[in-house]
Amino acid sequence: MDKNKIIELKNIEMEFDGERVLKGINLDIHDKEFVTLLGPSGCGKTTTLRIVGGFVTPDKGDVFFGGKRVNDVPPYKRPVNTVFQKYALFPHLNVYENVAFGLRLKKVSEPEIARRVGEMLELVDLKGYDKRGVNQLSGGQQQRIAIARALINNPKVLLLDEPLGALDLKLRKEMQIELKKIQQRMEITFIYVTHDQEEALTMSDTVVVMKDGTIQQIGTPQDIYNEPTNAFVADFIGESNILPGIMHRDRLVEFAGNNFECVDGGFDPMEPVDVVIRPEDIKLVPASDEVLNGVVENVQFKGVHYEIIVKAYSDTWVIHSTKAPEVGSVVGITLTPEDIHIMKKSDVKKVNYFKSDYDDAEGSDIEQQI
Amino acid sequence: MKKIANKLYIALVFIFLYAPIFVLIANSFNESKSRTVWTGFTFDWYVKLFNNEVILKSLGNTLIIAAVAATISTILGTAAAIGIYNMKKITRSLVINITYIPIMNSEMVTGVSLMLLFVALHIDLGYLTLIIAHITFCVPYVILNVLPKLRQMNRNLYDAALDLGCNPWQAFRHVIIPEIMPGIVTGFLMSITYSIDDFVISYFTHGSTSQTLPITIYSMTRRKVSPEVNALSAIIFVVVLVVLLIMNFNDLRRTKPKKKKEAAR
Repeated sequence: MDKNKIIELKNIEMEFDGERVLKGINLDIHDKEFVTLLGPSGCGKTTTLRIVGGFVTPDKGDVFFGGKRVNDVPPYKRPVNTVFQKYALFPHLNVYENVAFGLRLKKVSEPEIARRVGEMLELVDLKGYDKRGVNQLSGGQQQRIAIARALINNPKVLLLDEPLGALDLKLRKEMQIELKKIQQRMEITFIYVTHDQEEALTMSDTVVVMKDGTIQQIGTPQDIYNEPTNAFVADFIGESNILPGIMHRDRLVEFAGNNFECVDGGFDPMEPVDVVIRPEDIKLVPASDEVLNGVVENVQFKGVHYEIIVKAYSDTWVIHSTKAPEVGSVVGITLTPEDIHIMKKSDVKKVNYFKSDYDDAEGSDIEQQI
Repeated sequence: MKKIANKLYIALVFIFLYAPIFVLIANSFNESKSRTVWTGFTFDWYVKLFNNEVILKSLGNTLIIAAVAATISTILGTAAAIGIYNMKKITRSLVINITYIPIMNSEMVTGVSLMLLFVALHIDLGYLTLIIAHITFCVPYVILNVLPKLRQMNRNLYDAALDLGCNPWQAFRHVIIPEIMPGIVTGFLMSITYSIDDFVISYFTHGSTSQTLPITIYSMTRRKVSPEVNALSAIIFVVVLVVLLIMNFNDLRRTKPKKKKEAAR
């Protein structure tokens, strides 16, 4: 990948009505990169995107485009275009005029507009929809028009604000693949905002995990999933068991009433830590004195695997397994040292422990408004 | 049984509402000057009406004042609505309530206070004062019609316009105005109707040469209700009815495609 920095955010701070929504954001975005800002609602991801788009000016800090400070450059003079939440298509214009909107303003000649609108509609697979009113289109089609309307201006960077939020699961998956294809074909930078971790992992080159106006971790999807820097990231990206533990010395940690070998080090002796274990890394074995034993409290079928809730010691564990033990039975829990991730203690509460995958508050809010 | 009672009730309501107007319209075609005896059908009163210079002059006044006042009110009201829409919550509700006052306030009070103001400022009562007075009570109607349209609008539309290369003025002209146009049109039509219709406020703010139609009719009825007035009232009723129908038809046409979309979901 070309590693040219195209956008730089330096110490961005932002306050709305006395509430600090961004607390010092530093972020570099490179050419042709697919960057996802990921976080729960209210983490500042959309505000960050709007600062890049120029719709809001940060209270403190600077925004650079290609090395030039652009804090005071209005949106209509920035080389970026945006796909808005809920599309924001112009209802008084038909599909053709919506897509042609940006070119009309640039006084592009009529035959040129017709050619490029045609190309764009073909790119988003909506050839022949020129004369339709935008309100006659389905959610997915409106989404594609919004993308075409933005891309026709040949932006260097495309900003997407939860673009798939209002679509159903199947359409969402299709659009994820399609968006990634479009990004690769157009060879431009995408900055994508979402609260859906799966979406972020599927599409991105780089994931930026945010929480409460700060960046928690920046990395490739693999890094973020396999090497989360703290318990929040671990918990937000996929399900995790987060248990309180004490680091006895390097490579030896105590939690759940037992000592475990692990691969991490560099903590103070006897330092309290968070122990993070992925549900799919845990192996269930018959109960015995050799292993940590627990009582099965609940078993739920999830398709690929069963989600098993086990009470062991004073902790509740979430375990994914393809075999379902009986509720009420006693099982043994085994871990290999590589499965145990030790993290600095943080005050993070579990965020998506039992979150149903796609049925989030923001999505249903959109449905109601339409 | 219940159904019949329902229908009967509705019929009664409509009779009470519209019977007086139909009596008036019928009378405007009555040959006799009496309101109680029908002597034959005639268009005479309409002919006389259009030869009555006083009436024609005041009709002219009314239309000019309505057109000017409604146009200025629409511009001021639309600008005000956009301003209010972008205010912070507390200021916004405060300003909206202040906006309601001219509507809620007794016309008598508005009329008298406007007259006192004009006298205090040494402005001669006439066209200017009438127009200013009409603007005062028309602006709120425009604001109240435009504001809901702004609220219905997707907030991101303005940002989207800027994003695609509009400067703020172009975004306003190409995106905001078309979006809130139905509200602006309704506000304008309402202003026209209220301006044409207004008697109380006009009564206190008109000059000797700037009588509006309602004032002329009032002074005519002080002597004896001439059948010409019936004819005039009939015409006004029909015009207002037509305007109302156009407004409703417009609304219907605008909401139809949206309903279809909802059904499709």
